[in-house]
Amino acid sequence: MAERMQLCNISDNNFEQCTKCSICTTVCPVAAVTTDYPGPKQAGPDGERYRLKDHAYYDKALKLCLNCKRCEVACPSGVNIADIIQHARMKAGEGQRASLRDTMLANTDLLGMVANLVAPVANATLGLAPTKLVMDSVMAIDKHRTFPAYSRTKFTTWFKRHAAKEQDAYPNHVSYFHGCYVNYNFPKLGQDLVKLMNAVGYGVHLLDKEQCCGVALIANGLYKQAKRQARTNADSIRKSVKDDHLTVLTTSSSCTFNLRDEYPSLLGVDTSDVRDGIMIATRFIYNLVDEEKIKLIFKQDFKKRMAYHTACHMQRMGWQLYSIELLRRIPGLDLQVLEQECCGISGTYGFKKENYERSQAIGSILFKHIEDAKVEAVITDCETCKWQIEMSTGLPVENPISVLADALDVEATRRANGLQI
Amino acid sequence: MVTNEIYKKEYDVIIIGGGATGAGTARDCALRGLSVLLVERDDYSTGATGRNHGLMHSGARYAVTDGESAAECIKENMILRRIARHCVEETDGLFITLPEDDLAYQQTFVEACGRAGIRAEVIAPDEARAIEPSVNPDLIGAVRIPDAAIDPFRLTVANLLDARINGAETLNHHEVEGLIVNQGRAEGVKLHNKLNGEHVEVRGKVVVNAAGIWGQRIAKMAGVNISMFPARGALLIFGHRVNRMVINRCRKPANADILVPDDTVCVIGTTSDRIPIETVDDMRVTREEVDVLLKEGIKLAPSLATTRVIRAYAGVRPLVASDDDPSGRSISRGIVCLDHAKRDGLEGFITITGGKMMTYRLMGEIATNAVCAKLGNSKPCITATLPLPGSEDDAPSQSDATKRYSFGERAAIGRHGSLAARIEKDNDIDNALVCECEGVTVGEIKYAVHQLHVQNLVNLRRRTRVGMGTCQGKLCSCRAASLLGEFNHDVKRAQKDLATFLDERWKGMRPVAWGDTLREAQLTAAIYEGLCGLDQAVSTQRKEDEQ
Repeated sequence: MAERMQLCNISDNNFEQCTKCSICTTVCPVAAVTTDYPGPKQAGPDGERYRLKDHAYYDKALKLCLNCKRCEVACPSGVNIADIIQHARMKAGEGQRASLRDTMLANTDLLGMVANLVAPVANATLGLAPTKLVMDSVMAIDKHRTFPAYSRTKFTTWFKRHAAKEQDAYPNHVSYFHGCYVNYNFPKLGQDLVKLMNAVGYGVHLLDKEQCCGVALIANGLYKQAKRQARTNADSIRKSVKDDHLTVLTTSSSCTFNLRDEYPSLLGVDTSDVRDGIMIATRFIYNLVDEEKIKLIFKQDFKKRMAYHTACHMQRMGWQLYSIELLRRIPGLDLQVLEQECCGISGTYGFKKENYERSQAIGSILFKHIEDAKVEAVITDCETCKWQIEMSTGLPVENPISVLADALDVEATRRANGLQI
Repeated sequence: MVTNEIYKKEYDVIIIGGGATGAGTARDCALRGLSVLLVERDDYSTGATGRNHGLMHSGARYAVTDGESAAECIKENMILRRIARHCVEETDGLFITLPEDDLAYQQTFVEACGRAGIRAEVIAPDEARAIEPSVNPDLIGAVRIPDAAIDPFRLTVANLLDARINGAETLNHHEVEGLIVNQGRAEGVKLHNKLNGEHVEVRGKVVVNAAGIWGQRIAKMAGVNISMFPARGALLIFGHRVNRMVINRCRKPANADILVPDDTVCVIGTTSDRIPIETVDDMRVTREEVDVLLKEGIKLAPSLATTRVIRAYAGVRPLVASDDDPSGRSISRGIVCLDHAKRDGLEGFITITGGKMMTYRLMGEIATNAVCAKLGNSKPCITATLPLPGSEDDAPSQSDATKRYSFGERAAIGRHGSLAARIEKDNDIDNALVCECEGVTVGEIKYAVHQLHVQNLVNLRRRTRVGMGTCQGKLCSCRAASLLGEFNHDVKRAQKDLATFLDERWKGMRPVAWGDTLREAQLTAAIYEGLCGLDQAVSTQRKEDEQ
């Protein structure tokens, strides 16, 4: 012990490594638009010292934190500021029940499962003015918001029916953690991934058991449920990575960040042994292209001007470069890379009536940049950014995988990668 | 009252020393209807009062070696819980036995506690680990006792406030240069106003020497000899609390065997070294002291080895040689009250010394009794039952989770108790945080400056905790200096004050300047020297002043 004396400074989430430089507060999108929120430095490391003394010092204003992690990206001292805030919220929420609204918003998979069965009705109803008014006044879900449309057929159903059988025939293989959005709302993104991976010789496989990653559960205070689901997912991922030696690909930045980093840091579910085996698909594909293991051939007639928006959690992982560099390989794509700004939705945050105005105020800088970029569509790795940008700018938003799949000359690519057509 | 008028009055009693003892004496005297002046050469609680553990002893530490002090402690401990609620955090404490200690001592200890009237409950090591997770897991025995944490700055200020409410006058930054002695009678004090350089004389019927270790000098001015034996103790402050309860070693008192959770930090201490009386003003902490504190400290709580140290400081205990043994071999930790009329034939002069911060109230009571005996006042002492301002029965609590207080409001309630209601909070500016680490608002600073005798940033720190947090004044000192400059209409003075304050902060960081504390200090230097040029501005100003 004595020889290790004061060689390092260890504190929960590094809160005591903070030198109070306040850079985090200058990049906080919430502090920029409201004085009700004390900013990450105050809410995080400063507040933590007082909460250690007495948890009565927990300030309800911490609920305004988006958990966008921009503070953590900016911190020169490696303090996990947003995690400190999340932990304080978790502690304050112990023994408290989440509201019906929060439970509904948080259970993206449950809601999705029900809505899938009655997709046309659900879509029509959720979009109706009277329904919106009821949700606004009774459930405090803001009337400006429209729930993302539900698909008639789940991605997993489509996969089992149309794709599963042929996957084993490919020379290489990966697993796919599709997430709730792909499964219930937008199976096309999953189909695009299968199309793309197949074209470069990779068979795609589903995990043994996949549940909602739980990012919305954490945000809405349903920690026990989040932990249960995290354990299930961690087990499935471990089987894929360790036993089957298959990398687990994802197409949603927030799910990815949650699986890799928030499972251990917030939920105490250790995924560090398989962390390197979970990655966003663009990173996996970029590395293969870079190492010249695969080739991508794009259509000659693909011509589009699009803007890339870096989702906050994508930036936290530092992976936006993979998406951007991969997209830049599409000859016909005039790609405008936007300065990183938060869109303001932060998953379910912006759906809540009390957050609507703040959410839009936060996003306004980004919306202006998008407008100035004069593009026909926006590209981002996060589905909730997509909803926010579509609602706020009227432009369509796509995942990089869909853009790549759309621009891909499938036959030429298959040939180039030595596959039979 | 303006200072000049204070000088002109004649007082029943003049108290020298603005530590806890002087403040407690001033309060007691004022409550008994005497006219009181308290003078302090620096700021209130600058000496030993503000330079200890912030531990509200149960007395258990003294139980085996000094039963009388132990009994005094537990009695005062229970009184302070009632009268000084807002200064006290009732944490309880543990006396732990480690494998290298003799477990048989525990039995001796518990019995001695019993004799002194201290609740001492032997608990299993497992239970100790459960109620205090930071404790050394290797412990083989633990005793739970009613130790607590106390804020000596708050305690002193609350006593002074009550003294003032009851008519006392108090002057800080007034140094006693001599006593007015006339025909074998002390009749007042000669003062140097260190704020404006003025020299004045103030008259009083009785002079009480409550100057702690500096009391020997004061007595000498009156031609009286007291032999004090300064014992220096160094302490370290960690950046946050690692412990919830006070942790002590269950063995004969030794170096660095108490870890106290104080407000947002925890403090390990102390060393104990006899030093020559000439060096009592040198409070620098040495490398050897830091090493001992860390080495012993990790035996109480191993996590201290990897916890950031933000500051080191030292204080001097005013131990007194008993009159029948001037060699100093038998030194008492007990209270010593000397009536110099009886002892030295000097009328109107009383020295109250020895004792501990814990027994300040009792010392005040004893001194006041001696003053009253001289003045023929027979009013009884009520300080044991009358709550201090801020600690009234209906005072709000910082721990009340049912109230939606802002961070700053809650912290202010923790510091000022019911008096926090006097802090303005009606607009965004008053609610803005000046000190983000400790939650001090503009409103709280206004309150402190206008009502708690604040002349400079160091004063302000003692009243509010401005600059006491992790950043040691990096962010708050310029904001606070700007407010002081505004209130005093003197920007140049504020600038000099800012430089002095930052130097004072660095002094305490320097002995522990490694790792994150060094990074912190470097960033502070980069901002104030590199970016703002404060060092140059101050040296230019100094040259101008000299010309």
